[in-house]
Amino acid sequence: MPSPDSALGAGPDAEPPELSASPVFADLDADRAALLAGCGRPVAFAANEMIFREGARAEAFYVIRRGTVAIETVVPGRGALTIETVGPGGVVGWSWLFPPYRLQFDARAVTAVRATALDGACLRGKCAGDPALGYELLSRLARVLIERLQATRVRLLDVYGPAGPAALAGADR
Amino acid sequence: MIPRLFRVARRRRETPDTWTVELEPASGPTLIAEPGQFTMVYAFGVGEVPLSVAGGGSGNGRESQRGRLTHTVRAVGAVTQALCATPPGAAVGVRGPFGRGWPLAEAVGADVVVVAGGLGLAPLRPLVRRMLARRADYGRLAVLVGARTPADVPYRRELARWRERPDVQAVATVDTAGPGWTGRVGVVTALLADARFDPASTVAFTCGPEVMMRFAAGALLERGVPAERVHLSLERRMLCGLGHCGACQLGPLLLCRDGPVHRYADVGRLLTVREL
Repeated sequence: MPSPDSALGAGPDAEPPELSASPVFADLDADRAALLAGCGRPVAFAANEMIFREGARAEAFYVIRRGTVAIETVVPGRGALTIETVGPGGVVGWSWLFPPYRLQFDARAVTAVRATALDGACLRGKCAGDPALGYELLSRLARVLIERLQATRVRLLDVYGPAGPAALAGADR
Repeated sequence: MIPRLFRVARRRRETPDTWTVELEPASGPTLIAEPGQFTMVYAFGVGEVPLSVAGGGSGNGRESQRGRLTHTVRAVGAVTQALCATPPGAAVGVRGPFGRGWPLAEAVGADVVVVAGGLGLAPLRPLVRRMLARRADYGRLAVLVGARTPADVPYRRELARWRERPDVQAVATVDTAGPGWTGRVGVVTALLADARFDPASTVAFTCGPEVMMRFAAGALLERGVPAERVHLSLERRMLCGLGHCGACQLGPLLLCRDGPVHRYADVGRLLTVREL
C-alpha cells in the first residue's frame, strides 16, 4: 500500500494529481483526465522505502512524478535483483488490471519518489461504466506495456554479452 | 602498409575483460587521429585487429598531452587477449589512422545526444572530450551509456566526472543489477525519455552493438531527430583498412574507407537487409 504520510510528508493535499505531466496521459481529454484523477491521490516515498511487495494485493498503480523506482525480485543467495528502473513520467504496477490482483514483483524507491497512486478498483469501476474511457486508458497502458516488452526483448538478446559485437575492439573472434 | 612500432606506455583494467592501453611511438611523432577513426593494431606473432581510437592522438586528454594513442580492448579472441596481456614497455605495431570519424563540425551550435552501448563508448569518448574542451561551441549535451552489468560500465571514473558537471547530462543504465547499484536498469534507449534536448536542432552520435544502434536510431527518430543528423559507427571485419580487400563491405559501402561513421539516413536501410 502507498504511504502518503511517509518521511517526505506529502499528504493528500500537498500536490494535486498531475497525470498530464506523464507522457502516458499527455493530450488526454480534460474530462477524462478529471475522471481518472478522481481515482488518484499523491503519495511520496523516502529513498529505499518499499512501495509494494510481491504477493500483496494489487490495489493501485503509480504514475511517477519525481524520482526513480526499482522493480525488483529476490533471488535466493543473490538478494534483491533489479529488473528495471522507472523514472519520472513512467508507470509502475500492472497487476491491478486483472484477477487475481496479486503483485508479481517488489517496487522500491531508489531515490525520494513522488507519484500519483491510482486506485485500481476505482479505475475498473469507471472503465466498466464508460467503455470509451476504458478503451482510452487501456490503449495508453498497452502502449507502455508494448514498449516495455520490446525493451525486455532487446535485453534478452544480451547484446553486450560475450557473443555480442565489440565495437571495433574484438574482431579476432 | 607497414605497421609503425609503438610501445605500451600504460595499461589499466576497465572491466573484468577489458583493458585500456596507452601507446607511444618508439620513434618519431605520435599518430594524429580524429574522434571516430580507428587503427589496425598488431600483436606481433599473433595477428592484427581494428581498434577505435579511445583517447589521445586527437588533441584532447592527458594521453594526448603525453603524445600517446589510446585504445580500449576487450579480450575476446587471440589477438585482443594478447594485446590486453601486453605489459608496459612491450612493442606492438600500429597502422592508420583509418576511416572517417564523427562530424563534430556539424554539431557546433546544436544540442548533442551521445548514445553508447558497452564498449561503444570507446570511440565516443574522444568526441565527448573534444566537446567538453570547447563546451561553449555546443548546446545541451546528453551522454547516455548502456552496459550489461554495473561492472561492465567502461570509464566509470570519467563518467562520474562528467556526471558532476552541470553542463552535461551523463547517465548510465545496465541490463541487470544486484544490490548496491543505485543507477538505472533497462535498455539504453529508455534513457532518451529523460534526456534534455531539442530534437529539431539535435545531432546524435551512437556506437555499440548494431542492434542497439538500430533501436537507438529508431528512438531518436521517434523523438523527432532527423535521420540525416543521426550518426552511427558501424563495424564489419576490417582487414586492410584501405578499402582494397573488401572484407568490411556493407552493400555499396566499404566501412573501413567510407566509414566507420555513417549517417543513419544513408545506412539505416542496409541494417535490416539480412543478407548483409
